[in-house]
Amino acid sequence: MTSDWSRDAMRLVLATALVVGAAMALAAAIPGAGAAESRTLLNVSYDPTRELYQDLNAAFVKSWKAKTGEDLRINQSHGGSGKQARAVIDGLEADVVTLALAYDIDAIAQRGQIDPKWQSRLAANSAPYTSTIVFLVRKGNPKAIKDWDDLVRPGVSVITPNPKTSGGARWNYLAAWGYELNRSNNDAAKAEAFTTALFHNVPVLDTGARGSTTTFTQRGIGDVLIAWENEAILALKEVPGQFEIVAPPLSILAEPPVAVVDKVVDRHGTRALAESYLSFLYTPEAQEIIARNHYRPRDPDIAKKHAAEFPPVRLFTIDDVFGGWGKAQTAHFADGGIFDRIIVNAKK
Amino acid sequence: MPKNNPAKPWRVIPGFGLTLGLTLGWLSVLVLIPLTSLFVMASGLSLDQWLAILADTRVQAAFRLSFGGALVAALINAAAGLLVAWVLVRYDFPGRRLIDAMVDLPFALPTAVAGIALAALYAPQGWIGQLIEPLGIKVAFTPLGAIVAMVFVGLPFVVRTVQPVLEDIDSEVEEAAASLGAGRWQTFTRVILPTLAPALLTGFALAFARAVGEYGSVIFIAGNFPGLSEIVPLLIVVRLEQYDYVGATAIAAIMLVASFVLLLAINGLQRWNRDRLSRGAA
Amino acid sequence: MRRDESSLIRWLLIALALGFLGLFLVLPLAAVLAQALGKGTGAYFAALTQPDAWAAIRLTLLVAAIAVPVNIGFGLVASWAIAKFDFRGKSLLISLIDLPFSVSPVISGLVFVLLFGLQGWFGETLRDHNIRVLFAVPGIVLATMFVTFPFVARELIPLMEEQGREEEEAAIVLGAGGFKTFLTVTLPNVKWGLLHGVLLCNARAMGEFGAVSVVSGHIRGLTNTMPLHVEILYNEYDFVGAFAVASLLALLALLTLVAKSALEWRLRDEISALRQS
Repeated sequence: MTSDWSRDAMRLVLATALVVGAAMALAAAIPGAGAAESRTLLNVSYDPTRELYQDLNAAFVKSWKAKTGEDLRINQSHGGSGKQARAVIDGLEADVVTLALAYDIDAIAQRGQIDPKWQSRLAANSAPYTSTIVFLVRKGNPKAIKDWDDLVRPGVSVITPNPKTSGGARWNYLAAWGYELNRSNNDAAKAEAFTTALFHNVPVLDTGARGSTTTFTQRGIGDVLIAWENEAILALKEVPGQFEIVAPPLSILAEPPVAVVDKVVDRHGTRALAESYLSFLYTPEAQEIIARNHYRPRDPDIAKKHAAEFPPVRLFTIDDVFGGWGKAQTAHFADGGIFDRIIVNAKK
Repeated sequence: MPKNNPAKPWRVIPGFGLTLGLTLGWLSVLVLIPLTSLFVMASGLSLDQWLAILADTRVQAAFRLSFGGALVAALINAAAGLLVAWVLVRYDFPGRRLIDAMVDLPFALPTAVAGIALAALYAPQGWIGQLIEPLGIKVAFTPLGAIVAMVFVGLPFVVRTVQPVLEDIDSEVEEAAASLGAGRWQTFTRVILPTLAPALLTGFALAFARAVGEYGSVIFIAGNFPGLSEIVPLLIVVRLEQYDYVGATAIAAIMLVASFVLLLAINGLQRWNRDRLSRGAA
Repeated sequence: MRRDESSLIRWLLIALALGFLGLFLVLPLAAVLAQALGKGTGAYFAALTQPDAWAAIRLTLLVAAIAVPVNIGFGLVASWAIAKFDFRGKSLLISLIDLPFSVSPVISGLVFVLLFGLQGWFGETLRDHNIRVLFAVPGIVLATMFVTFPFVARELIPLMEEQGREEEEAAIVLGAGGFKTFLTVTLPNVKWGLLHGVLLCNARAMGEFGAVSVVSGHIRGLTNTMPLHVEILYNEYDFVGAFAVASLLALLALLTLVAKSALEWRLRDEISALRQS
């Protein structure tokens, strides 16, 4: 009786194992099937660049086909910049990373997957385009917001994501800080008081830049959204007639960088391909696509052509004001850093 | 019901070793070993660092919101769930079966979708938001929003645990109580409620356990302000964003221990109650 | 002959219950549907037939097709061991089986990163052998199995305990094998509980967001499940698309749930008809 039981049970276990095994094999085969036909490249990017890379990838695939006759497939992954960097650190096999800030690529480099000198490998700090931080306000600008100090006025509700979880929010925060630092002749205490007053006016801290845009445009919360310039222009196009962009006279120069992930391309044998993909971003063709997607192109001719869309803003860099991302991150956003203090004081 | 004597060395039913072995093996591979990795990672912290985490007011505030909010949500679910179960079992009305089926919906809807839908409803421009905002009630982007999301995700549990017990209650007991002159309300509080209590408690605890760990729906509606409307899972995510794996796993480990103690208590309570009932019957 | 509430109280209670459900169930669902159909049914179906949406639907079905049978197997085995035998530490074992239920999805995803991530225990070994677990289908399946682990078991254990052991013991004594006893005696007794557990398990497997989001890698068309695809579409301002996919998930679940309760009600009617005759 016992042997009967165990034989039957073994049969059940075997059958289950067989079914599971077959299903697993099928699962493994599905992504493999697409990959086998043509060479693939995985670009791990941050949130707002979906539309940009959709266009850029199509153009690159076409030019690569014309040049080499080879079919190419570029896979895209998008998410918060920090989350994406972590995924690459944890083993997401990105051939190239195109993130919101150099700090996140530095974090990957620190774990040995990218050459520590990555930022000097490509032109212009490895940032093929720039952007800046602007304000999106409701139609007619009812709160008359023109500059950073309008954001700290009582009764102005400001939307910005959480700098702890969003790369874009860190640019926002540093832009505000830099503005007050400039105005007060480098008085850090004043800059902190100013930023505290600003966060006092913030009712929601979304975890990502897109989340904040949705809160402002779809939920109708807030008088002003601090956002990437490209994000603000896109919101203007998506929901026409309800918003206006206000460019402050002084803001921060955002340089979203790109890099080849050395360890991955060497294993995949895709280094040449990945490198030409990134250099392609600097070509006039790609720069034109970049400008059409509302990012500020590096190429001076293309920039001139689109000058109407990008108002002149006096821009300071993170290196000049904060001594680079490493220092800014430790001083402001690390646990126990200045932002932690600001957020506590802001809600008092 | 005669109970199998535990002292009896010989078992009639076969397969104990095999099934228990498979259970323990699979449990270890899929659940225990992965969870152990959490504690191994968190053990990199010194005692001082643990104390620093526990003393952090922001951590304390997040734990207060996650556990306090879950408690409030579970209480609401206990009351409302009992009512819903009662109405579904006792009364007949059009659409009853459809509603009965819908109760499990919060289970199927991805939590992010639930969060987006709730935020859209309770935002000042939303269907509900524009009705309650003039009354001075703010739900979206406040701790209250977190509780609304927690009520949503915990909703099926009380209904589903109370329902079968309510169906099984012998109508003779109620009739007896009634014939002895008990009013309807008296019958309910003295006869029906004590019978339902264990199931109600289980459902309450399940709803609580589910709400404590909820992430996807809450972050869309809570406002996420540190120290104010920030939940513990978000705190873990924040630590991860700073590449602070050890800090993240430490908070996760504290949460895990808390939920495990909670589950032990629930199951102990259920067992104690069953033993009490079977002793009472003998 | 039960003395019942007056019809006033009865309707008051019904109204209260429906009000609560309306607020917390119907309205959110209606909000999803309203958004999904906001630009007409044409846009709705166009959103569902996009290649990326289709890939996400396929992946979700595949993951559920693996995770649910495995959990059925585990649930049956575990509930047999727990309900049909007495042993020390049973309460602890049940609590451990329940554990994934109360673990935050963020943590459920994180533990697999700690195990299979490049910085984790097995990460480098797996990479050296070119086996992808994290940010590929196996990782998504693992996270889904973890999250749905307790559902079948916790549905079956109390049911089997309540039904006792006499029937099985009788069958064994009469000479039936253990497996045959299980198939012919135990399984028919618990089939409704099993069905409910499977439906819940399936609904959760298809709808899981948090844990899967951590281990997926979000590669478009390859590792996005339906809930992740919803988030992506939503972030692309494609609200119709996002809520269309979401409503598909909700409708799938709703249909199975309606089918399940229809079956259950029918069975109940049959039983009561038998009793009355």
